[in-house]
Amino acid sequence: MNQYRNPVIRVLLAAVGLFIGVALPAWATYDVNIPPPATPVSAQIYGLHMYILWICVVIFVIVFGAMFYSIFKFRKSKGAQADVNFHESTLIEVIWTIIPFIILIAIAVPAAKAVLDMKDSSNPDVTIKVTAFQWGWRYDYSADDFGFYSNLKTPWSQIGQPGIPATETKGPDYLLEVDNEMVVPVNKRVRLLITSADVIHGWYVPQLGINQYGIPGFIKDAWFKAEKVGVFKGQCSQICGKLHGYMPITVVVKSEADYAKWVAEAKAKWAAPAAAPAAAAAPAEDLSKKYALDELKAMGEKVYAGNCVACHQANGKGTPPAFPPLAGSKVVLASADKQIGVLLNGRPGTAMQPFAQLSNTDLAAVITYTKNAFGNATGTVVQPADIKAARK
Amino acid sequence: MSTAAGGYYFAPPSKWPVVGSTALFFFASGLVLWMNDIQPMGSVSLLLGIGILTYMLFGWFGVVIRESESGMFNKQVDVSFRWSMSWFIFSEVMFFAAFFGALFYARVFSVPWLGDLDNAMIWQGYSAQWPTAGPYLDKDPAYAFATMGAWGIPALNTLLLLSSGVTVTWAHHALKANNRSQLVLGLFLTVALGVVFLGFQVYEYAHAYSDLNLKLTSGVFGSTFFMLTGFHGFHVTLGAIMLTVILFRCIKGHFKPDHHFGFEAVAWYWHFVDVVWLGLFIFVYVLV
Amino acid sequence: MANATAHGHDHDHDHGPGPWTRIFTTTNHKDIGSMYLWFAFLMFFVGGAMALLIRWELFQPGLQVVQPEFFNSLTTVHALVMIFGAVMPAFVGFANWLIPMQIGAADMAFPRLNNWSFWIMIPAAILLFATFFVPGGAAASGWTLYPPLVTQGGIGVDMTILAIHLLGASSIMGSINIITTILNLRAPGMTLMRMPLFCWTWLITAYLLIATMPVLAGAVTMLLTDRHFGTSFFNAAGGGDPTMFMHIFWFFGHPEVYILILPAFGIVSQIIPAFSRKPLFGYASMVYATASIAILSFIVWGHHMFTVGMPAAGNLFFMFATMLIAVPTGVKIFNWIATMWRGSLTFETPMLFCIGFLCMFTLGGFSGLVLSIAAVDITLHNTYYVVAHFHYVLFPGAIWGLTAAVYFWLPKFTGKMYNETLGKWHFWISAIAFNITFFPQHFLGLAGMPRRIPDYALQFYEWNAISSVGAFLLGASQLIFLYNVITTIRSGQPAKEKQWEGADSLEWTHLPSPVPYHTFETAPSLK
Ligand code: HEA
Ligand code: HEA
Ligand code: CUA
Ligand SMILES: [Cu+2]
Repeated sequence: MNQYRNPVIRVLLAAVGLFIGVALPAWATYDVNIPPPATPVSAQIYGLHMYILWICVVIFVIVFGAMFYSIFKFRKSKGAQADVNFHESTLIEVIWTIIPFIILIAIAVPAAKAVLDMKDSSNPDVTIKVTAFQWGWRYDYSADDFGFYSNLKTPWSQIGQPGIPATETKGPDYLLEVDNEMVVPVNKRVRLLITSADVIHGWYVPQLGINQYGIPGFIKDAWFKAEKVGVFKGQCSQICGKLHGYMPITVVVKSEADYAKWVAEAKAKWAAPAAAPAAAAAPAEDLSKKYALDELKAMGEKVYAGNCVACHQANGKGTPPAFPPLAGSKVVLASADKQIGVLLNGRPGTAMQPFAQLSNTDLAAVITYTKNAFGNATGTVVQPADIKAARK
Repeated sequence: MSTAAGGYYFAPPSKWPVVGSTALFFFASGLVLWMNDIQPMGSVSLLLGIGILTYMLFGWFGVVIRESESGMFNKQVDVSFRWSMSWFIFSEVMFFAAFFGALFYARVFSVPWLGDLDNAMIWQGYSAQWPTAGPYLDKDPAYAFATMGAWGIPALNTLLLLSSGVTVTWAHHALKANNRSQLVLGLFLTVALGVVFLGFQVYEYAHAYSDLNLKLTSGVFGSTFFMLTGFHGFHVTLGAIMLTVILFRCIKGHFKPDHHFGFEAVAWYWHFVDVVWLGLFIFVYVLV
Repeated sequence: MANATAHGHDHDHDHGPGPWTRIFTTTNHKDIGSMYLWFAFLMFFVGGAMALLIRWELFQPGLQVVQPEFFNSLTTVHALVMIFGAVMPAFVGFANWLIPMQIGAADMAFPRLNNWSFWIMIPAAILLFATFFVPGGAAASGWTLYPPLVTQGGIGVDMTILAIHLLGASSIMGSINIITTILNLRAPGMTLMRMPLFCWTWLITAYLLIATMPVLAGAVTMLLTDRHFGTSFFNAAGGGDPTMFMHIFWFFGHPEVYILILPAFGIVSQIIPAFSRKPLFGYASMVYATASIAILSFIVWGHHMFTVGMPAAGNLFFMFATMLIAVPTGVKIFNWIATMWRGSLTFETPMLFCIGFLCMFTLGGFSGLVLSIAAVDITLHNTYYVVAHFHYVLFPGAIWGLTAAVYFWLPKFTGKMYNETLGKWHFWISAIAFNITFFPQHFLGLAGMPRRIPDYALQFYEWNAISSVGAFLLGASQLIFLYNVITTIRSGQPAKEKQWEGADSLEWTHLPSPVPYHTFETAPSLK
């Protein structure tokens, strides 16, 4: 023990005490564990973690109990003599190989069950397509044909800049608030089809037990069944560039009735405009008709406002790098068929999805519009027939 | 001066390692600049790097060869060379493993996935048939390509490489039997076969680009095809160069029937290149 | 460490005129070992400085210190520097110093190649650091370099990739050299199963290196061609898959993390017996455990990818395989403790660091086990829980293993004894500071704080503040280390030939302190 009378050690032990003194109160007040689960799967996760945690604590205590015992019992300063022959024993070696193995099996069984449960996304009640992009989310409720973007709401005046302190005080939901939340019904199986428009992102909401990469060009699915109404928050979990830290997720779980109400409003607000009309207009459209430039531009402006403006902006300048400008864009200024191809097939690996669902007339109109707006003065006119020809 | 004191070999101080690192510095930086078309700095630095590297190789191997010929390498050193060469070849195998892995992954997993039900949301009507340039490029006629048949040039190339394996072994036996003329002949044939192989390879690439529209950019098929065959071709080139060096050394009368690891090392390398080709022939050409 | 400079001059005939020519042209395993160690030490401080910048930014919510993009670059380069610049070269440095001495050889098998392995790291380091000054800045994708994010990067990414190629080449040459030395240059009577464990763990590590470094080279080469030559390995549009990169990268990446710990296992396996004054418990099973860890490490890579959406079967396989690794690792922990059992223990600085290693590494191992449970990993993946996990295995694991080795062998290398009191201060301060820094990160991770973010929600504030304070204390403790090492080399008390009475490997039993410039001119006689 004499070395614990050594001033060095004394001071340091004091420091340990101080740390505990600081940490424990903190512990009492701040989150130290997985947030309360809201779905059967996340409940399993929570349980599993506690289970393994305690197993580890027990092993730790036993193993290092033995170590500290020898540290205090077998120290030379207390005249301990080394027993140089004690350096092999097949028996104990076998024992301490087998026991951990058994413990692992005890962990593996419930763990495997949880994995199988979270992978079983069969017969969903609601399906939502989640498209990540730099740096936000798009949620498409395909069954009800509407979809919307969900972006960070916290103003930069709260975040500040290196050297320039924030001018506003940070709100309670700092960095966890979005303009449009994803809304789902309670006690229903919700299936998410997760993908990305640019780089890999991660749709991560701990309380729903979901953390799934959105991978460009692939659809990956995940599911959850929220068992209580409420607001659940998460963040993008996979580094995706400059604003990776600034693309939060908020899911609002509502009662059946409230959900139905919300869907009704959402449809009105975000109905993928052309989709429905196009279906209606399709038979009516006359492919032989040759429109004049101005007619097409006028029609195209509406189509643009309905489909393109969200990303490429009203001024056609977009919001690079995620959404390229159309003003002065190579593709737009190039020959018509190039741009037709892009609109019919989309641009894989980017946010540009196919717009083949639009009618030939709408496509012809919007292409003509972009080729003759925002200072693009190609004078090119694209007729519905050209689109029809390009469709295969 | 090197000594083999008590069976131990001490190398004298040498400037070559630093020269080599300088070469690699210019080479790497040159490559970066060149790829980002920052010219002429890129090409200059690249060439400088290659130049210094060649200088280093001549200098360094020169030293080793002189030491070897002056009988400075005892049995133990010889064994060291054997171990190191074997494990170096093993690491090369792992390098190719990465690219074969990519090929298998694409064929077995990613391409079929892209064709499955969920992904139909993004890639309407993609058939996911190998060979493929991928769900997007396949739609674009500009990317339509034909594949290289296996039983034309590739089969011929297989024969060439296999027989070159035979000739090099023949040369080795000649060396052990101290039959110098046969040794030189065998080596010469090996180099010749290697060079012809490369010639065919170049022709095949030209054919792919001009007639088949099969390019490095032809989706994952083009990527794996050209990267695998390309790196193999590069290794054949290295092997051929090394064989040529050995050939000249043999002509100069280097190597003894009982002491010629330089020769064996290159022979091993050549066999390795040979085996990799068999893998290529089967997985890249035959099983498309 | 710099003793070669201090004690070489009695062998002038063997090295060039001035010290400079000598640094460039040396073929002596001790010179090269010292160069490796100093290089690693420098890199540790640079990487640490970056870590401190990271922690400074994370001291409170909001952006105060760096731009988000630069923050990502810091994270990326911090990791690359610590792994490829600090830990790996430091281990190679000790391999250079110790392996020839411990197996009774004169030098490494290929002295010139050995020098080249070191000098290749210099252009690599230049390329890597230069990325901070090129347009577009340094790679900002995290050290895992996932496409397509990394494809968006600028010229800095290409420089990073080339730097990785060079470092890989250096590691492969170094490993081949070590393998050959161990397999072929052992003194008569030094059978494989008589080798000190440091040689064993390094032999196995070297195999991991030659098996995985080429694969990494392949992976980054594909990145390069995807970036510049229009290939589609990682692009779905062309039939590739970003996930494919992850598979190839982690096939390298997981064995890599054992590359970062196995040599430390070897070091600990030699220091604990020395201060327990009794032979290592279960020598043979230690060797087999190390081997099985290495073999298993090739089939567990998928545990980094539980959230990419692998089929359930994939997640299950990788989960079970990963859990298995706890068994051989456990065997090692138990053997070390059994070595202390019924020993006659003293607690000089190296022993303190080894005891710290045991506790803290095991803690990191446990958090690893928690992460290996695919279901649990869903909530913890890419959170600070992971950051806590790997710093527990990397800092008290790799770094403390190395620190213990420095204190343990410095007397042998330099013939001078370090300052024991300072050593103890170094241990206790870094032990406390380390836990202040990283223990709270478990809480942050569990509460759901993602990694690689420069700014965070208010609920994460307190633990981050504590963690940042700890980090600066930890940094300060490393300055004590630096001071202690330098003063030892400059003006330490003379060390005994057998400074540690329990030490039993050849460098202690057959060689004076400091060791002569040429280790064994002739084979030592072993009974
Ligand atoms: C030195 C480096 C090192 C070491 C040794 C380990 C060891 C282990 N690691 Fe770790 N790991 C990393 C470095 C390391 N890791 C790094 C750098 C990352 C992050 C990479 C990145 O994304 O940037 C990572 C990430 C990582 C993940 C991915 C997390 C995620 O991204 O979601 C996982 C998941 O399974 C994991 C698991 C393990 C396991 C099971 C071990 C096991 O080897 C641990 C075994 C040890 C013990 C279990 C303790 C001792 C055993 C006993 C006392 C016996 C009794 C115990 C039981 C029966 C339980 N690690
Ligand atoms: C061996 C590997 C190693 C080591 C030793 C360390 C050491 C440290 N790491 Fe490291 N770290 C990694 C490997 C390592 N790390 C990896 C692989 C990642 C993942 C990267 C990724 O996500 O891609 C990571 C990521 C990482 C993060 C997460 C960043 C993010 O997700 O955005 C953090 C944050 O706290 C961190 C902190 C630290 C700290 C405080 C130390 C401290 O232990 C450092 C202490 C040492 C010093 C501080 C040195 C002394 C220096 C001074 C005293 C400064 C003054 C001197 C000068 C200015 C010359 N590290
Ligand atoms: Cu999106 Cu991170
Ligand atoms: Cu791992």
